[in-house]
Amino acid sequence: MSQSVDFDTLLENTPGRFGPFGGQYVPETLMNALLELEAEFAEARQDPEFSKEFRMYLRDYSGRPTPLYYAANLTRRLGGGRIYLKREDLNHTGAHKINNVLGQILLAQRMGKKRIIAETGAGQHGVATATVCAVFGLQCEVFMGAEDVERQALNVFRMKLLGAEVHSVVSGTATLKDATNEAIRDWVANVDTTFYVIGSVVGPHPYPTMVRDFQRIIGDETREQIMAVEGRLPDCLVACVGGGSNAMGLFYPFLNDPVRLIGVEAAGLGLDTDKHAATLAKGRRGIIHGMLSYLIQDGDGQIEPVHSISAGLDYPGIGPEHASLFESQRAEYHAVTDADAVQAFHDLSRTEGIIPALETSHALAYLRTLAPETPRDAIIVVNLSGRGDKDVQTVAGWKEAQ
Amino acid sequence: MSRLTNAFAALRDSGRTAFLPYITAGDPCLATTEKLVAALEEAGADIVELGIPYSDPLADGPTIQRAAARALQAGTRLADIFTTIERLRIRTDIPLVFLVYANTVLQYGREAFLARCASVGVDGVIIPDLPLDERLHLLEYLRSQAVPVDLIPLVAPTSAQRTAAVAAAGTGFVYCVSSLGVTGVRRDLGDLQGFLQTVRKASELPLCVGFGVSTPAMAAALSRQADGVIVGSAIIQELENSLDGGQEVRRVKEFASQFRQALDSEASAVAGRPKNG
Repeated sequence: MSQSVDFDTLLENTPGRFGPFGGQYVPETLMNALLELEAEFAEARQDPEFSKEFRMYLRDYSGRPTPLYYAANLTRRLGGGRIYLKREDLNHTGAHKINNVLGQILLAQRMGKKRIIAETGAGQHGVATATVCAVFGLQCEVFMGAEDVERQALNVFRMKLLGAEVHSVVSGTATLKDATNEAIRDWVANVDTTFYVIGSVVGPHPYPTMVRDFQRIIGDETREQIMAVEGRLPDCLVACVGGGSNAMGLFYPFLNDPVRLIGVEAAGLGLDTDKHAATLAKGRRGIIHGMLSYLIQDGDGQIEPVHSISAGLDYPGIGPEHASLFESQRAEYHAVTDADAVQAFHDLSRTEGIIPALETSHALAYLRTLAPETPRDAIIVVNLSGRGDKDVQTVAGWKEAQ
Repeated sequence: MSRLTNAFAALRDSGRTAFLPYITAGDPCLATTEKLVAALEEAGADIVELGIPYSDPLADGPTIQRAAARALQAGTRLADIFTTIERLRIRTDIPLVFLVYANTVLQYGREAFLARCASVGVDGVIIPDLPLDERLHLLEYLRSQAVPVDLIPLVAPTSAQRTAAVAAAGTGFVYCVSSLGVTGVRRDLGDLQGFLQTVRKASELPLCVGFGVSTPAMAAALSRQADGVIVGSAIIQELENSLDGGQEVRRVKEFASQFRQALDSEASAVAGRPKNG
C-alpha cells in the first residue's frame, strides 16, 4: 500500500486506549450507554461521598482490608525468596471479584438502573453480583456458559439461592466468551433499563479502566502492608490472568516502581497443543467483546476455542491494559499447564492449609519456577485471588481421569 | 458515480423504494450463495447485502448466528468469498454490500481489505462494530486514495445527539437500525418517524431501515418513510426451512418477490408524495 495509514499512532491519541489497545468496538446502539457510563464514573470518582460509601462496603460488608500473609512453609519448601499471599480469598463470597461488583452496583444505583446483568466463567463474579444485588434489592440475571454451569454447579446453586436468574448459554463454545456475547446482546436490547456489570478488565471503554480502578485496592493495600512488615517494596508480584482483573488490581499501584510484574496464563494441555488459553503467548492482536487486545484466532480472525481446567481462565481474550504492558515489556507473562496448576492446588492445601481456586493455582504453580531463582531476601507477593471450594469436584474428577 | 449512488438515483426517479435482502456468504455453501444472488436479483432486489460469516457476531440474533455457523462449518474462508464475488461480477452489475465485523477487517489489514473489495467489485462495506474515530480514518483513506468503496454508517434510535456526527461519517446510504437489540424477526417496529426525520436532517444520503423487517407488509409500511428496506433474518429463516428439500434457491426467490411486490404496490399507491420520514 503506497500511503499506509499509521493506525497505532492515530488510535493512541484517542481516549479509552492503552497504547493502541482498548477502544469501543460495539454496535452503535450501545455507544450512548457507554458515554453515559463514562460520564457517571468520572463524576463518581471525584465524589467523596461515593468513595466513602464504596470504602464502607469494602470494609464492613466484604471484610477489607484482606491480610497479607507470610507463607513460611511454602517459602521453606521452595527455597527462595520470601512468599507473601494477598488473601483476596478471604473477601465475602470468596474472591476478589466483589471489590469491582460493589463499585459498579453503587454506580448503577446512581444511574437509577434497576436491572443488573452479568457474565460469569467460574461463577465467582456471578455470585458476587447476585450477592450485592440481594443487598440493594436489584433484579439480577447472570449469563453462564452451559459447560461452566456443569463444572461449577456449586456456584450456580449459590447464585439461585441469592435470588439471581442464571441463563445457561449454549451458543458457540458454551463458555465465558459466549456468556459475554449473550450478556452484550441482552444489553443491546435492554440498554435503557439495564446496567451491565462486567467482571474483568475487559470490554469496551470505560470498563477496563473502571474495573481496574475498583480493583486497585488490592495493590494499594499490598503496598501499605508490605511497607509495614518489610519496610520496602516487593521484588515480584505474581497473579493469574484470564481477563486479568486480579492481576491488574495488584499491579496497577506498582506500575512506576522497580517491581517485576508477572502474569500467569493458562497453558491447558500445553502450549504446543491447541488446547490452551494462553492469549499473550499464542495469540495476536484482535477485537473481542468491544476491545482491541490480544486474541486466540485463526487466519481469518475467527475466534478459536480455548481450553483451561479453570473456568475463569478459559477465555480467548485478555484485558487491553495487559496487552499494552506485554508489548511494552513492563510486565512479563508466563503460562502454566492444567497438571501443574492441579499440583499447586494440592501443594498449597497441604503446606499452608489454604485451598486455592484453580485460577489462583496457576499463579502458585509458577512460584515453583520463580522462587528458587530468587535470593532468600527477595520478596514475592502472590495474589491469592480466590478460594477453591468451588473446584473440589473438578480436581477430584481430574485425579480420577489421570 | 458508484453503483450504489446510481441505483438510488434511478430508484428516486422512478419513485420506488430500494429492496435490500441480506444473506450470509457461504450459507450453506458458496456455490449456493452465487445462485442466491442471481435469484435475488431476478426477484427484484436492488442491492444485495452479503454477511461475512464470523464466529462471534455480536450484533446478530440467533437466526443470523446460525447462518454464520453453517457457513463456517462448510469451511467458508474470506479469500473464497472474494473469489465468489469476482465470479459473480462477470454476469451481474447488481450493487453488492458487505456486512463485516471489525476483526475480520483488522486481520486482513484495514486498507488491504477495502482495496480488495474495490478490485473484486464490492460496492459498499458496513462494519457494525467499528468505532466512529476509526471510521473517519478509513473514510479519509478511501477519499485520498480514490478507492471506489462506500463506507456505510449505522445509526440507532439511541444515537441521540450522536446522530448527526455518525450519519455524516459515511457514504452510499445510511443504515438506520430500527430498534434496540440484535438482528432478528420482530412482530412490529413501533413508530420510526421521529428517528428517521432526525437522521434525514443530518444526512443527504438515502436512508435504509434494517433489523426486524419481517414481512412484506412491514416493508411496505416502512417504504413511506425510508428510501430502502433491509430484510435479513426473515430471508435466512426461509432459506433455513427449505434446506432439507434442496429447494432453497427457488423458495428464497419466491419469498423475496413478495417483498418486491409489496414495495411496488405501495409505491404506486402513494405515487408523487414525498417520503415523510
